[in-house]
Amino acid sequence: MGPVMGRVPNTALGRELTRTSEKGESTMIRKILCGAGALGTSLFAATAAFAQEATTAATEAAAAASAVATEAAATATETAAAAATTLIKAPDAAAMAGMVNKGDVSWMLISTVIVLMMSVPALALFYGGLVRAKNMLSVLMQVFMIASLMGIMWCVVGYSIAFTSGGDNHFFGTLDKAFLMGVDSTTFGATFSNNVYLPEIVFVVFQMTFAMITPALIVGAFAERIKFSSLLIFCVLWSLVVYYPMAHMVWYWAGPDFLADAPTDAGLLWGWGALDFAGGTVVHINAGIAGLVGCIMVGKRTGYPKEPMPPHSLVMTMIGASLLWVGWFGFNAGSNLEANAVTAVAVINTMVATCAAAVAWTLVEQLHHGKPSLLGAVTGAVAGLVAITPAAGLGAPMTSIVLGLVVSPICYLFVASIKPKLGYDDSLDVFGVHCIGGIVGAIATGIVASPALGGQGVFDYTVFPAAFDPSTYSISGQVVTQIKAVLFTLAWSGIGSAVLYFIIDKTMGLRPSVEEEQQGLDLTSHGERAYNM
Amino acid sequence: MKFIIAIIKPFKLDEVREALGAIGVAGMTVSEVKGFGRQKGQTEIYRGAEYSTNMLPKVKIEVAAPDDLTDQIVETIQQTASTEAIGDGKIFVLDLASAVRIRTGESGDTAL
Repeated sequence: MGPVMGRVPNTALGRELTRTSEKGESTMIRKILCGAGALGTSLFAATAAFAQEATTAATEAAAAASAVATEAAATATETAAAAATTLIKAPDAAAMAGMVNKGDVSWMLISTVIVLMMSVPALALFYGGLVRAKNMLSVLMQVFMIASLMGIMWCVVGYSIAFTSGGDNHFFGTLDKAFLMGVDSTTFGATFSNNVYLPEIVFVVFQMTFAMITPALIVGAFAERIKFSSLLIFCVLWSLVVYYPMAHMVWYWAGPDFLADAPTDAGLLWGWGALDFAGGTVVHINAGIAGLVGCIMVGKRTGYPKEPMPPHSLVMTMIGASLLWVGWFGFNAGSNLEANAVTAVAVINTMVATCAAAVAWTLVEQLHHGKPSLLGAVTGAVAGLVAITPAAGLGAPMTSIVLGLVVSPICYLFVASIKPKLGYDDSLDVFGVHCIGGIVGAIATGIVASPALGGQGVFDYTVFPAAFDPSTYSISGQVVTQIKAVLFTLAWSGIGSAVLYFIIDKTMGLRPSVEEEQQGLDLTSHGERAYNM
Repeated sequence: MKFIIAIIKPFKLDEVREALGAIGVAGMTVSEVKGFGRQKGQTEIYRGAEYSTNMLPKVKIEVAAPDDLTDQIVETIQQTASTEAIGDGKIFVLDLASAVRIRTGESGDTAL
């Protein structure tokens, strides 16, 4: 049973904790004892020497002390070496079975279900509240159906394309695990720590929830004017052409116990050293740019921008945004794949970046319009969540707050100023919030991950066991890598999406008729209305 | 018989209903309506997109009354619903040709 998957390199903190708690506890204790012993002996010897006032005796005592110290050090080294050899390189499935931690498994299963909550109902309500009442159900239905379809797609081919080795092809994996062939309760997936594994099924279903929400994010861009059947076909094709390959390129790697022997067995962007803790590129930039291309190719809503199109229920939007916030802890902190200190770092970063972004957006509105709006506050919160996603387990709480404060004004500029100027009708601001917020976050990740700023740095997984040297982290170098990853994602998803929209427009058509659109998609596409009052 | 239609500010509804009840009005019909008059509209801003709404929410009260009670009803509504600001609304009085109580078939003043 080979290794399965990967993600950005994990952090110093996580690794150290894992080692000391699981592998090296006894070693640490013995080291401390040996040290104390040596110190005690030398103190005793020094006192004795002073009392005797005999140079010779003192020299002898010092020699004795140093001998003891040397001996102790030798013992410590020996023990450490012994501990290191207990790490198994390239363990087989039987060995992996013994490297599964019940705490990790529990946390990952909880994360999985709360990430599902982000799609339904959170995203659906967040979007649904923002459209007019006549299109409420269409948005809920689009999100619900995309999530459901993508769950099936993930088992059929998605997981296999994203998380199997492509060999020399670093763009996508193979169909070896199509229909989840060979994946069962006896197979295991790697984490970011040497010799720590998850049941593979846990990883499959956790990642499935990401594949479910990402295409659902796109619908906000052309809400209120998309043909339902065409949308579903688009999402199926988009996941095949854009999402699974991107997930492979950013997140696939051989795993910490295997990469040393196969240093090139990783996705393209992973190989570049691009950092994306929980999906800034794969999820947000990816969906955001697909949204922008979509809203341009689908065209504006009939009547936009002359006819007022105010949100029909900001109460729903607030409920949705708040549930998104809660679910995002599974998304970001679950992306650590283990339940350890780095997971906690991701939780606090996700918390405070969101707080900061909500405050910042509110302040901007207060200054710009004189009134702080609820919609502004919750939009800011989502922008903050998006921005912290790639940096969640890599930054520190205070740098995360700065990131949150920075992202809101930038997104606000795009949503409130640049969008109307350019005239595209991104109904629910998928581009302005997810793509722009994702880009800010992805680039900022290169800065906040720096150990010099309290960040977690990166691990060298090409040696076994993985090594951590904070002095090698270069902010400028990492930022350049991050920008490369952003540009690549924009191009991959932008071009891929444009081709798919074009094909569907020419074959099935992307839009319902103007009459259907004016009557509202709830009645014309789904034969029901949201509110019978 | 007269038919009285009053357009008032929504928050004045309870006060008007109580005052009319006190002078012996036994029933009325109330609807939420929108409209505009001299009062300026409001501006709503959603993520920077400004919508000025010139239709404002009002409440429409309809009362059918015997002739002798009409003046008192109009006066009561006018006094109770007034805030002495623009946008307080209007009262219209129409002649009412007939009225029938559905349950009993009674007609005229006894049906009111």
